[in-house]
Amino acid sequence: MKHASEILLVDDNPADLDLTSDVLTENRCVQHISTVPDGVEAIAFLQRQGKYAAAARPDLVLLDLNLPRKDGRTVLSEVKADPELRRMPVVIFSTSEAHSDVGASYQLGANSYVHKPGNLRDYVSAVKAIGEFWFRCASLPHKEPL
Amino acid sequence: MSLNGTQILLVEDNQNDLDLTLHALKKENLANHILVARDGEEALDFLFCRGAYSDHSFDHPPRLVLLDLKLPKVTGLEVLQKVKSDPRTKAIPIIVLTSSKEDRDLVNSYNYGCNSYIQKPVSFAEFRETVKHLGLYWLVVNQPLPTKPAKEMSESCHE
Repeated sequence: MKHASEILLVDDNPADLDLTSDVLTENRCVQHISTVPDGVEAIAFLQRQGKYAAAARPDLVLLDLNLPRKDGRTVLSEVKADPELRRMPVVIFSTSEAHSDVGASYQLGANSYVHKPGNLRDYVSAVKAIGEFWFRCASLPHKEPL
Repeated sequence: MSLNGTQILLVEDNQNDLDLTLHALKKENLANHILVARDGEEALDFLFCRGAYSDHSFDHPPRLVLLDLKLPKVTGLEVLQKVKSDPRTKAIPIIVLTSSKEDRDLVNSYNYGCNSYIQKPVSFAEFRETVKHLGLYWLVVNQPLPTKPAKEMSESCHE
């Protein structure tokens, strides 16, 4: 395993957050999982604002697109416009397979886009594949500036 | 193979590394439709549909680019910077595949917008395993860049 093992899950569906966390934990891909339910909280967490002042900086963000308060596209563009955060890989994990969503996410700088499957078996394999590729195969950037 | 059917653009100048990568891709049945570019300039010519690749179209980007960093003529980082700062090519997934252990290369690559960064393992067994995961993730799990709708297909590339 590589050095890195902090992930932030951004999703407004508590059942999805639970399932994703369970699969990542069972596969021992990550050591620490944080979750937030909307885009405003996601940005606060990543920029360490307010109650998140002591939040760990994640190695990877798994981001849903349709979120309350601030949607995933806005979160993505804010992360990729922030010089301190932009190197952090963001994987979009969304039920949408619409070409407009996929294309726009890549244009905004998404590192990867994974379709969130509707059935349990495929959902589990998608999360496993994300964990295995990003935490066992890829090298992730440093959390703090060099 | 038509240039527009390229699935993987492999940019590598070292013959030994190239052979190893192609061998590993073949073992995983991922070796179809690979185009090899031997330096950064050739990679840019292909991606920007110019020079020897003026028949290639922006409407048919490769599904994946595997990019070495130490390349003749134009370095991998320069290729990355050019591709990721142009709206016509920005969305093409670029995976840096390098033997570099420099932290600066890792951080700069992500800052310039590489989609992912892989340090080549030293042993061939591990390298095969890495190529297998990489292929599964980027060619099966990851959603490809949508191809353009028919109405835009007539705009091919003009540099």
